[in-house]
Amino acid sequence: MTGYTATVTVRLKHGVLDPEAETTQQALERLGFELEDLRAADRFEVDLEAESADAASERASEMAERLLANPTIHDYDVEVDER
Amino acid sequence: MTVSIIRFGGSNCDRDAERALEHLDIDAEIVWHEDGLPEDPSGIMLPGGFSYGDYLRAGAMAARSPIMEEVREAAADGVPVLGVCNGAQIGCESGLTEGAFTTNESARFQCEHVYLRVERDDTPWTAAYEEGDVIEIPIAHGEGRYEIDDDRLAELEDEDRIIFRYCDENGETGPDVNPNGSKHNVAGVIGDRETVAVLMPHPERVTLPDVGPTDGQGVLQGFESA
Repeated sequence: MTGYTATVTVRLKHGVLDPEAETTQQALERLGFELEDLRAADRFEVDLEAESADAASERASEMAERLLANPTIHDYDVEVDER
Repeated sequence: MTVSIIRFGGSNCDRDAERALEHLDIDAEIVWHEDGLPEDPSGIMLPGGFSYGDYLRAGAMAARSPIMEEVREAAADGVPVLGVCNGAQIGCESGLTEGAFTTNESARFQCEHVYLRVERDDTPWTAAYEEGDVIEIPIAHGEGRYEIDDDRLAELEDEDRIIFRYCDENGETGPDVNPNGSKHNVAGVIGDRETVAVLMPHPERVTLPDVGPTDGQGVLQGFESA
């Protein structure tokens, strides 16, 4: 078994309105920053032990499917690194 | 008939729901989620509140608590299930109903009276009204914007799954009378069976005559007609 960190990034699907991101963008613009767009995402770093990077990735994907993301509104991706 | 009102950590409309149901002569009892449902439940209500502090997403944690497995089984057996506000978010998160309730378009918590148009009167939850009726009812949520894939929403509309839409006092819907940016002004939907419904507005807050209008009574009476 090897120790891995699986990083799960959960973001709204393209086209789904994100009022928090819009508000954040407006606040940045009020501070004088120039920007075209802003997208926000949630990032979860999961430390786990697994037989292989693939197995760690599979388990983290299942976590995303079952809890971390809501498939109705979210897409997600998983990256795995050895700890 | 005894309605089991499921209390999660952070539920806060459970006692309001109990009072409202009792006012309508419908027996109700509050059930702590860890205790599980009683044997042969005859009605289940998922009350409003902020279960688990809305961590991750509103309703996400409660939807995955063990009692919700029992609720899904009961719902599949035809036991009437009503989710209100946080209970509606839990209902969608747990798959009892389709879609998701997410951050209001305004990005603010909104607490106000709104109007709903009754979209069909042949479900238990709307049988007390006529199709097209307009009812006045409060909302109190930060994450009430109904979101779903456009194609799937069209299918749900074809299947007549939308039971309430936000509207003006004359029953006209549209973006100007959409308090939270919900797709197609959707405020309440039913699940695979008509006996399962969720809505963001609070019928239990417009049931007791002492506190104002009573337009919400008909929704709660659904437990008896289901």
